[in-house]
Amino acid sequence: MPGKPKLHYANGRGKMESIRWLLAAAGVEFEEQFIETKEDLEKLRSDGLLLFQQVPMVEIDGMKMVQTRAILSYLAAKYNLYGKDLKERALIDMYVEGTTDLMGIIMYLPFQPPEAKEKNLALITDKATTRYFPVYEKVLKDHGQDYLVGNHFTWADVHLLEAILMAEECKSDILSKFPLLQAFKGRISNIPTIKKFLQPGSQRKPPPDEKYIAQVKQTFNV
Amino acid sequence: MLQGTHTPGVLRKVFGGTHRNLKRGSMSGKPKLTYFNGRGRMESIRWLLAAAGVEFEEDFLETREQYLKLIQDGHLLFDQVPLVEIDGMKMVQTKAILSYIAGKHNLYGKGLKERAFIDTYVEGTTDLMQMILTLPFSPPEAKKKNLPLIIEKAKNRYFPAYEKALKQHGQGFLVGNQLSWADVHLLEAILMVEEKEPTVLSEFPLLQGFKTRISNMPTIKKFLQPGSQRKPQPDDKYVATVMKILKEG
Repeated sequence: MPGKPKLHYANGRGKMESIRWLLAAAGVEFEEQFIETKEDLEKLRSDGLLLFQQVPMVEIDGMKMVQTRAILSYLAAKYNLYGKDLKERALIDMYVEGTTDLMGIIMYLPFQPPEAKEKNLALITDKATTRYFPVYEKVLKDHGQDYLVGNHFTWADVHLLEAILMAEECKSDILSKFPLLQAFKGRISNIPTIKKFLQPGSQRKPPPDEKYIAQVKQTFNV
Repeated sequence: MLQGTHTPGVLRKVFGGTHRNLKRGSMSGKPKLTYFNGRGRMESIRWLLAAAGVEFEEDFLETREQYLKLIQDGHLLFDQVPLVEIDGMKMVQTKAILSYIAGKHNLYGKGLKERAFIDTYVEGTTDLMQMILTLPFSPPEAKKKNLPLIIEKAKNRYFPAYEKALKQHGQGFLVGNQLSWADVHLLEAILMVEEKEPTVLSEFPLLQGFKTRISNMPTIKKFLQPGSQRKPQPDDKYVATVMKILKEG
């Protein structure tokens, strides 16, 4: 159907998941074309559709956008989830870079050798509970508002919820020392568009399994 | 809503203290950069400020004690540098800082779509420069193996994309027919790769023209001259200092 953004990626989370979250939070319907084989990827490349030969790629508003952060910034601005001025934007950008760093470590976990898994899980827990979550807990505590920035719902809130749920999948009680983040999680999860995305049958992708990892390694040569 | 002049907790980390010490870092009102005395992740910020004609001050991290004090005093939101004190904020996270400067100094295009192009191009040059940035911190065998891979990526993945962008619109700048953050960042990347492989632009005539043109813009020409705040390539001493301060490796 013309008009809906179209996402090109593997059939799994990876770097595309934050984009799915943001579109869903904004209430924007989107289509997906899954890259399942080396040939699928090669075709995108040889058709000249990937500026840097990489995915994610999102077809939107006549553009074939690549680079996750560029895509997310565009969507946030387009759907009024980027704050109301330069300073709110600066705060949102800072907070999102933090959650990006945290989710980046978690994202690569399944691709590390099995012997390193325990050590890396400990690293994730440590970074989450000593570097990242304390910051967001304090932000919420200091202004006492429901959202991270500007007393309204923004990209920073969506991204933090995604990071929280991802970290909880690593360690279910990871929020035990962060009461405000627990409340935040409950509150943001209940926003209608997000609630819908969290239900079975949505386009949210499951955590990577062996099959997905093998397919990604094969297709993308990682 | 902030009541009175008291700025609590984490917001103090970002927006500084009370009005009296909003300019804690800089008596002159100039942005103040805190980082190691070398390129690293701060170099792109120095480039962008210089291109915008903005004077800035620098505070160099030389010891681990200095770094730990910054953390203890609550100046680093995620306990990391770069730190840029600007407009009453203590900004961290390189990308956030660069976006703010670009937005403030009209180097972010006009409108959402130009911004999208600039963001995309900058992400590409970031990926390329990141590979070179981390090179001195990898073990010697990895260095030897990775450098040719980086040059290959520059020649086959990144530079062709920018050459094509310039060819398609035939304009002097990457986006919107005016200087933007994307142009500054690309010039920085080109010079960085040329330091490793001087002939890397041999198959990219438009990028050669671009390089000359952007280098000759007055603010950038000034930054490229000796005596500016541009930093030299990392040497062993720099690498050792960084690792000592961050206690890595």
